[in-house]
Amino acid sequence: MKSNGSTLATLKRGQKGIIQFVDATDPQVQRLMVLGLVEGAEVEHASSAIGGDPMEFRLFGCGISLRQEHAKYFKVSPVAAGD
Amino acid sequence: MTKRSEIRVPANDIPLAKRTNASIAVVGNPNSGKSTLFNRLTGLKQRIGNYPGVTVERHIGQLKVDDMVIELVDLPGTHSLSAHSLEEHIAVDVIFGRMQGMREPDGILVVLDATNLYQGLFLVQQLIDLKLPMVIALTMTDAAERSGVGIDIDRLRAALGGVPIYPVVATSGAGLPKLRQAIADMESLTPVERIVVWPELTEAAGQLAQDAKEPIRFAELERLLIDGPTDANRPFLEKLGRDARDKLETVRDSLFGIEPPIARDARIRYAWVRQVLADVQHSAPPFHSWRTRITSFLNRPVPGTIGLFLVMAIVFQAVFAWATPIMDVIDAGAATLGASVMRALGEGAFSSLIADGVIAGVGSVVIFLPQILILFLFIILLEDSGYLARAAYLMDRAMRSVGLSGQSIIPMISSFACAVPGIMATRVIPNRRDRIATIMAAPFMTCSARLPVYALLIAAFVPAKPVGFMNLQGLVLFGLYVFGIVAGILTALLIRKTALRGPKPPFALMLPEFRRPNLQTVFIQLLGRARVFLYRAGTVIFTVAVIVWALAYFPRSELIAPEVERQKTIAAYTLSGAELAAEYQRIENSAAAKQMEQSWLGRAGHFVEPAFAPLGWDWRVSSAVIAGFPAREVVIAVLGTVYAVGDEADEGTLSSRLKSSTWPDGRKVFTLPMVIGLLIFYACCLQCAATLAVIRRETNTWRWPVFAWLYMTLLGYIGALLAFQLGSA
Repeated sequence: MKSNGSTLATLKRGQKGIIQFVDATDPQVQRLMVLGLVEGAEVEHASSAIGGDPMEFRLFGCGISLRQEHAKYFKVSPVAAGD
Repeated sequence: MTKRSEIRVPANDIPLAKRTNASIAVVGNPNSGKSTLFNRLTGLKQRIGNYPGVTVERHIGQLKVDDMVIELVDLPGTHSLSAHSLEEHIAVDVIFGRMQGMREPDGILVVLDATNLYQGLFLVQQLIDLKLPMVIALTMTDAAERSGVGIDIDRLRAALGGVPIYPVVATSGAGLPKLRQAIADMESLTPVERIVVWPELTEAAGQLAQDAKEPIRFAELERLLIDGPTDANRPFLEKLGRDARDKLETVRDSLFGIEPPIARDARIRYAWVRQVLADVQHSAPPFHSWRTRITSFLNRPVPGTIGLFLVMAIVFQAVFAWATPIMDVIDAGAATLGASVMRALGEGAFSSLIADGVIAGVGSVVIFLPQILILFLFIILLEDSGYLARAAYLMDRAMRSVGLSGQSIIPMISSFACAVPGIMATRVIPNRRDRIATIMAAPFMTCSARLPVYALLIAAFVPAKPVGFMNLQGLVLFGLYVFGIVAGILTALLIRKTALRGPKPPFALMLPEFRRPNLQTVFIQLLGRARVFLYRAGTVIFTVAVIVWALAYFPRSELIAPEVERQKTIAAYTLSGAELAAEYQRIENSAAAKQMEQSWLGRAGHFVEPAFAPLGWDWRVSSAVIAGFPAREVVIAVLGTVYAVGDEADEGTLSSRLKSSTWPDGRKVFTLPMVIGLLIFYACCLQCAATLAVIRRETNTWRWPVFAWLYMTLLGYIGALLAFQLGSA
């Protein structure tokens, strides 16, 4: 279950990952957890705007966009492609 | 919902009025199709108002089932009962009966989006804790099926402890009759048992309830435990009494330790949601439909951004081009009506009040409707189709670099046509600081009312010499557009750095899939917008128009009318036919100019002349600028009157009169530096009663419109002063 320093911000386009750890000290991050970005959730990096920021993720079928500065708080273990 | 079961009265014995007051709260995630469903259920039987003291709209509608009338309250979308934004606080306050002037709802209609059960069930699970009668409307089942998600409704109902679930397709109306009946029967529904997903919380709540002074509901204890003793939770705190209140901190400490309560709440409840999903959903959503293909194409950074600019160009062009012919018709209609009233009633204060005050005043309100309706048609279509969120996402980075957020893009671009619908469109910005910064920046965008002023002054005073591939006139016009954009952006930055300093909210936009908007709900929303504008802004605009009319009309001079008659008699001796008619017109125009000079407006112009003299303005320009307060384009008509060419004069006559206008000592009034200054003044100043009225309406205080007016006028004054003084030196 090592995440090797991968975060939501480092996921490639089309790549999926499972959230392993959320640093919840920042109240802004807590708000994102209320949207469902919590440990155990599978997230796919669907797209990004010009310049790679903000990023769009797919979370159980719904699209959610995050700025890179916030995506960094979510450590993920990437799911191998083809899964 | 108090003691329903005690006395049973046959329904027919209850007076009608008693049965009309069941109040049902419509609750759901943002973008869950909640408003669409609400509009489908209530149709045009709804009232739009504001929650006390804030700018969040309150939509209350009536649902008629047989002879029952049920009140539906469409609450702002929320993800959780742990409120964070203003909208969420309002939704939660209404649900708990803490909203001033509103009683606790008798039941809850939950709108659950079948394509987003994950976030939806998170909220539903918390709502069940309220122990209120509850019905779930499962929306977008069609979209879910298309994307390959099958939902086992029986299993879902079982997982939720038996809450009735009604699948509906709000766009087609399928499933609505059954839902209506279920809402009507909701009062006789027994709330389902709580689902214990978090035993420690239940236990902690039990400990507090033991020592509570008054009976307190579990949901209320839950809020105290998770959110703590906040201001909003004070009523619950009072129910606890001293002993339990003292215990609250200890209980919270042992429950959460150092983990933030909101984080724990999310971790535990979403873990439960994932279990339920695994049980009730057949397959994870695949992405094969044309919608997802369009979505994924528009999601690529470059095509997406190009697409956005195309959409914006179409919207801008529509607002600008489609509205103009209708506006011309309204304008001409008001003028014709005014003229025929004048003919029918004869000259006099009353007919002038009707024609130049009332009809012109109503005209100046109605004239905004075409732009507002066209812009809002697009905005509602874009919002309901899910594109608006995507536009905000694509533009976020660019807008953030100027201190705004992605959602500011549509209001800003709309303001190039007209700031009034632009400011009304700032509703899509959830963050209050960003919203006000956008509202303050919007009036700087060069709107269509500034164009006639620019066109007149540029054509008359800026030489048409070529500069590179452009000509100087075009360059000046372009410069004024750029000036407006830069001034607006700097203003937004300034405001975000000073008065509205504050943390950037986490930018977490939900990006819904594209869906087809329902025309009926689009129409209902459009009508709502028009109504809000006419009632709230229209009254202010109308009042200001009548006041300015009175200032220009009174006091009447006793000397002018006999002088007009004397001159006309003399002219009639020497002239005839067309020449006589022209001479009559000249005499009347010059009488109107004399009347204007000695009216309150003309006197005000003389009075403020010293203040505007450093800008190179004489009393004529000053009084025209003052008269332009309700609507900047009026300045041209007033200049026409004070320069005695008539208020309907063509531009050529007026501009040649302006060119020959001099100070008493013979210096020209309209020099190039003075004109550039005047243009800068018009690029800045907020001469638009409609904009002020809409800012007042959208910020719910006079503070912002007054600030905007003073700030923009001062900026314009300084700009004009610099241009004139530096240019003339």
